[in-house]
Amino acid sequence: MSTITLDSKIPSGPVEERWENHKFNMKLVNPANKRKFTVLVVGTGLAGAAAAATLAELGYHVKCFTFHDSPRRAHSIAAQGGINAAKNYKNDGDSVKRLFYDTVKGGDFRSRESNVHRLAEVSVNIIDQCVAQGVPFAREYGGLLDNRSFGGSQVSRTFYARGQTGQQLLLGAYQALMQQVSLGRVELHTKTELLDVVTKDGVAAGIVTRDLITGDIQSWAGHATLLCTGGYGNAFYLSTNAMNSNVTAAWRAHKKGALFANPCYTQIHPTCIPASDEFQSKLTLMSESLRNDGRIWVPKQFDDNRAPENIPEADRDYFLERKYPSFGNLAPRDIASRSAKQVVDEGRGVGPIKNGVYLDFAESIGRLGENVVFERYGNLFDMYERITDENPMKMPMRIYPASHYTMGGLWVDYNLMTNIPGLYALGEANFSDHGANRLGASALMQGLADGYFVAPNTIGDYLAGLLGKTPVGTDDPAFATSVAAVQDDMRRWISVGGTKSPEYYHRELGKLVWDYCGMARDKNGLEKALSEIPALREEFESNVRVLGDPDGVNQSLEKVGRVADFFELGELMCRDALMREESCGGHFRVEHQTEDGEAKRDDENFSFVGAWEWEGKGSTPTLHKEPLVFETVKPVVRSYK
Amino acid sequence: MNLTLKVWRQSGPTDSGHFETYEATDVKDEMSFLEMLDLVNENLIDSGHEPITFDSDCREGICGTCGLMINGQAHGPQKGTATCQLHMRKFHDGETVTIEPWRAAAFPIVKDLMVDRSAFDAIIESGGFITSDTGGPRDANEILIPKAAADTAMDAAACIGCGACVAACPNGAAQLFTSAKLAHLNLLPQGQVERWKRTEDMVETMEMFFGSCTNYGECQEACPKEIPIDFIAMMNRDFLKSKIKNRKLQGQR
Repeated sequence: MSTITLDSKIPSGPVEERWENHKFNMKLVNPANKRKFTVLVVGTGLAGAAAAATLAELGYHVKCFTFHDSPRRAHSIAAQGGINAAKNYKNDGDSVKRLFYDTVKGGDFRSRESNVHRLAEVSVNIIDQCVAQGVPFAREYGGLLDNRSFGGSQVSRTFYARGQTGQQLLLGAYQALMQQVSLGRVELHTKTELLDVVTKDGVAAGIVTRDLITGDIQSWAGHATLLCTGGYGNAFYLSTNAMNSNVTAAWRAHKKGALFANPCYTQIHPTCIPASDEFQSKLTLMSESLRNDGRIWVPKQFDDNRAPENIPEADRDYFLERKYPSFGNLAPRDIASRSAKQVVDEGRGVGPIKNGVYLDFAESIGRLGENVVFERYGNLFDMYERITDENPMKMPMRIYPASHYTMGGLWVDYNLMTNIPGLYALGEANFSDHGANRLGASALMQGLADGYFVAPNTIGDYLAGLLGKTPVGTDDPAFATSVAAVQDDMRRWISVGGTKSPEYYHRELGKLVWDYCGMARDKNGLEKALSEIPALREEFESNVRVLGDPDGVNQSLEKVGRVADFFELGELMCRDALMREESCGGHFRVEHQTEDGEAKRDDENFSFVGAWEWEGKGSTPTLHKEPLVFETVKPVVRSYK
Repeated sequence: MNLTLKVWRQSGPTDSGHFETYEATDVKDEMSFLEMLDLVNENLIDSGHEPITFDSDCREGICGTCGLMINGQAHGPQKGTATCQLHMRKFHDGETVTIEPWRAAAFPIVKDLMVDRSAFDAIIESGGFITSDTGGPRDANEILIPKAAADTAMDAAACIGCGACVAACPNGAAQLFTSAKLAHLNLLPQGQVERWKRTEDMVETMEMFFGSCTNYGECQEACPKEIPIDFIAMMNRDFLKSKIKNRKLQGQR
């Protein structure tokens, strides 16, 4: 047992003054001293690129790492719908307070009030910053910014760039980063993957990476390390994450002592294209914004095999509108997803293998005309048609929920520092702002908030204390030990010489995690998963086949290490889900539901962050609890009826 | 359906490379092209052969990571579609499909179907940005942008940096890529301050790596985002202007 005490370092005072006061109270590093500090930034998505660019602008020496061939490829690029900000340009009653409130409620009262309030505050600055960079947000004819509404809120506060908001925001951050590269303030390492976090006397000293082109294992020392490495949705194998998205950076940090918080909080996005068969490599998301104008329905009868146009209104069940009259098709993601699962499980699913629900634009086309609907969603319709060969202007889309985002992640304090001093986690890689469920258009907001505005401020407070101290060099034995371990790992995987590919084991693991720790979880299933996952892992470790050489490009070798980490994480997800004897947000325990099938929280016993400590392979991890305190928003039963 | 694949295999940058023939059996219409290759790779691993190296990531046609020459066409036969979004229903049973990497002097082959596109990053690095350090910009709505200008900037900004334009060009030119970024930034009010320097720097950096444009127009045909060559015309005009501008009087249009 260790002696970790979780100190969230939440500033005192009224929630709306905390961030301002904290910024004033933190120590500063003067401009001449900033260049004496080296900061390692791992990952170049919204959080990473924004942080690397901003830290370099401030004068820090930044080394930035991505396993992609260019920073612009990070998976933030695939976010479609938009980014929230409390601008109240629409004069519809929005405010920082309302965005704060919506986010705390949307997270089902399992997030930290102080972090969420800060997020809502800086949301306003993000839009200003992005527009200044030239992000081409949608505009009205008068030249002002346009907004749309999104699930979980009753105001229009979402800024968007067609269906490619993530792309445009990422390109903005990427361009800012490349400018700093050109100025020599950022040293950029592409095709370089983190394989270990190095600590010395419990403090972050740097990282060990593998060059994916040459296979070289290298050491990098820094005064601080920022992990901006995204979420772990690919633990489900089938997800909307990119093929290479993985948990390795966060997980290796976890194995070096960083706590992993709320791993069971995963978000299942309601509007994805249903899988067509076993060979499918990933699922494709259709932006939630479609729910603004699309109506979701299934046939009322079981096994109704009529084509959708032949099913009369009277035989259709618009189940979200029926169950949640005030939010209707815009109910939050977890609720919309679970409702879809319910009707499909009942046998009322649609499509060739009955695994979807309809998202129908006929009514909107009638109301707005084909042109308006196509202008709003044309690129999404095209994408849908390429994949399914069906035209949503002519027949309803088929959608089904899929793993999309993970709210859990590395535990961080208010400064976004993990429990390892000097090691930070930003964006989806941390756990901090979304509680048990993230609202639509809030991931981009959080990634950029952390990267542009939070970490660049809080990191100075830590670095100021290191002034004049020599950092641990890469010649320190701590690095040598880590390099040797990583190299051993590589050789070990290649020497297994089994019969099945890493991809095969990933797929099998994904099935277990999805079946037992997906949209609905129960004690029996989770206990079963906790015996089946380790068994499959043992088979994987003794029967996986990795061909080729550790030197040079070897995609199977890249994959096998990631799958190994997903195995350990998958187990922890189930353990966390089993521990959390309540339902909240994306975590739905079937034992804990109301009479009408809604999630039933247990605030008395589970109003805490569950942060797990690694105790070594095969040992049961230790749970640490950070109590959640709600001073401003009173926890209520989340109702969207 | 069953297909015969002729796939380019090259163990590294210095290897001369060659085609290998593989049979892809039991391919389904609903599979994407890359899922078909995944299947081939699984079979290769099963039979103890090293799988084919190719890049891909989002598989939603937005990250720009993937890109294959399929039967001599960049991203294959479907217009406006990246390789990952190309589905097998566009092929027929018994067909022979030739799969190669991007072929361009500026994109050296790393391994098999994987190429090095860092020359694109060099172009962006030379000027593909609007200088705006984080912190205190004015309110977003203080900058009015005509909807038409914002829309056209977005048309250009939709570029995913996949390199299909270069691969399709007989000259291996990167005019479409470069002009798309220039149009995105030069069309916006925020982009005016650095407009002429940006144009000059990006065009000159492009020319260090890539061939010259001779108006074949293959690039816009291959572009998965259907970015038009009109932007190249705009870039040429801006480049000419950048050369005769009196920078001290830049405020004058």
